Amino acid sequence: MIENLLFELEMAAPQVILGLVNGAFYALLSLGLAIIFGMLNVINFAHGAQFMMGAFVAWMLLAWAGIPYWGALVLAPLIVGAFGVVIERTMIARLYKLDHLYGLLLTFGLALIIEGVFRNGFGSSGLPYAPPAAFNALNIDIPIMFLPGYRVWVVIASFLVCLATWLVIEKTKIGAYLRAATERPELVQAFGVNVPRMMTLTYGAGVALAAFAGVLAAPIYSVNPAMGANFIITVFAVVVIGGMGSIMGSVVTGFGLGLIEGLARVVYPEASATVVFVIMAIVLLTRPAGLFGRG
Amino acid sequence: MSNAAMLEIRDLEAWYGESHVLHGVSLDIHPGEVVTLLGRNGAGKTSTLRSMMGLVGRRSGSIKFEGRETIGLRSDLIARTGIAYCPEERGIFASLDVTENLMLPPVIAPGGLGLDEIYTLFPNLKERARSPGTKLSGGEQQMLAIARILRTGARLLLLDEPSEGLAPVIVQQIGAMIREIKQRGFTVLLVEQNFRFAQTVADRHYVMEHGRVVDMVENGQLASSLDRLHEYLGV
Repeated sequence: MIENLLFELEMAAPQVILGLVNGAFYALLSLGLAIIFGMLNVINFAHGAQFMMGAFVAWMLLAWAGIPYWGALVLAPLIVGAFGVVIERTMIARLYKLDHLYGLLLTFGLALIIEGVFRNGFGSSGLPYAPPAAFNALNIDIPIMFLPGYRVWVVIASFLVCLATWLVIEKTKIGAYLRAATERPELVQAFGVNVPRMMTLTYGAGVALAAFAGVLAAPIYSVNPAMGANFIITVFAVVVIGGMGSIMGSVVTGFGLGLIEGLARVVYPEASATVVFVIMAIVLLTRPAGLFGRG
Repeated sequence: MSNAAMLEIRDLEAWYGESHVLHGVSLDIHPGEVVTLLGRNGAGKTSTLRSMMGLVGRRSGSIKFEGRETIGLRSDLIARTGIAYCPEERGIFASLDVTENLMLPPVIAPGGLGLDEIYTLFPNLKERARSPGTKLSGGEQQMLAIARILRTGARLLLLDEPSEGLAPVIVQQIGAMIREIKQRGFTVLLVEQNFRFAQTVADRHYVMEHGRVVDMVENGQLASSLDRLHEYLGV
């Protein structure tokens, strides 16, 4: 009896943990999308491409400049974030007075271009990126499962960054500007705040979060041009379920849906690829603003 | 009143998209004055304030504040010259608590009221410091909307219908507060429809009609000009 239960756990635990690791990426990516949508009213379809860029920049830093993982974890988000700032200033800023749809089309086009450029330059087979050996110290090796230390780190790092982002937005002066400008940008600007610059930096920060997730992902998934596109559709579903623009919603829903996906893989594997979208449909029918959405 | 004007508006025209809302507004405000813009709905009072803050689509003419032309400036730079704006719908942020709302507008110059002074003037704001801004009563929200621009060091305050929708006893409190801030040397441009309220606080009244200033009445001559005003305002 007990042996049976152990066997079941042995089967289930890795899937659930894998779900949690995926959830860590969903949370980080949907957090960036939520911040960008809240402040700029732009649905950033280039988010997956920017995630992929984070992974590639980490790879380039290591392969071309010999800068290891820890350096990449700081530098890649800065570099890709700066790229985001340029994109916002030169292109997205021109679309604020138009319908949402234009921002979506522009960023979708950008995603295709960025992915195309990387496919052209690096092929689509993927490049290896080894995690630092130091993470082996975090390995979890218990009777029911073995979990590589690097994955433990991904969950911790994602959680900490989400928490820090939430604290900045909810508890600081900068966060108060951000929340106020999300509600009424025009009035915040009339108080003397340079709102256009805030929008640029917000976009840069959201893109940097995507790139940070990309660096985290580099040692787990092979670094390849399609890695963002694979994630981003699910991430959009997470954002819709959590509530467009809700910070807490995107974090909780990100981790939660990763877990649910993992559980589905144990209980009914056929549903694991669709469970998120079924939940999305149910949420849209019952709470159109999302689980944590306002109004 | 004999000194140079603090604010000088000449031939101000403004548009929202295709709609031409101001057709040549001219007015002066001197330091330390409380001046009202009276007029019916749609006369252009709110549009005049919004144009001063750079919140309309397009504008032309001249708006000089302390000798400096502001017509071409972006609204955050206009605010930084020393003008603060309290919109008609008060603009209290739902996702910020009372203290965050109060502390939101950046300090742009020395000389604003300190927090202690603000809490003395508006004791309710201290009691409700942690409530979400929009959970306050209408009167408290109006107090908060005015209190937060007293902090910033702005010398000219633009108040859009602070008495609107409030109970008479609250309107009296707002009136007392406007007299108090005048005492402290602030200059106020007040948009009002409630002319009985306006006469308790203002030095002068400009009357607007169809996007223009059509008349000016000193508060002291109000009694003798009542017929004229009734004609304009339809009260």
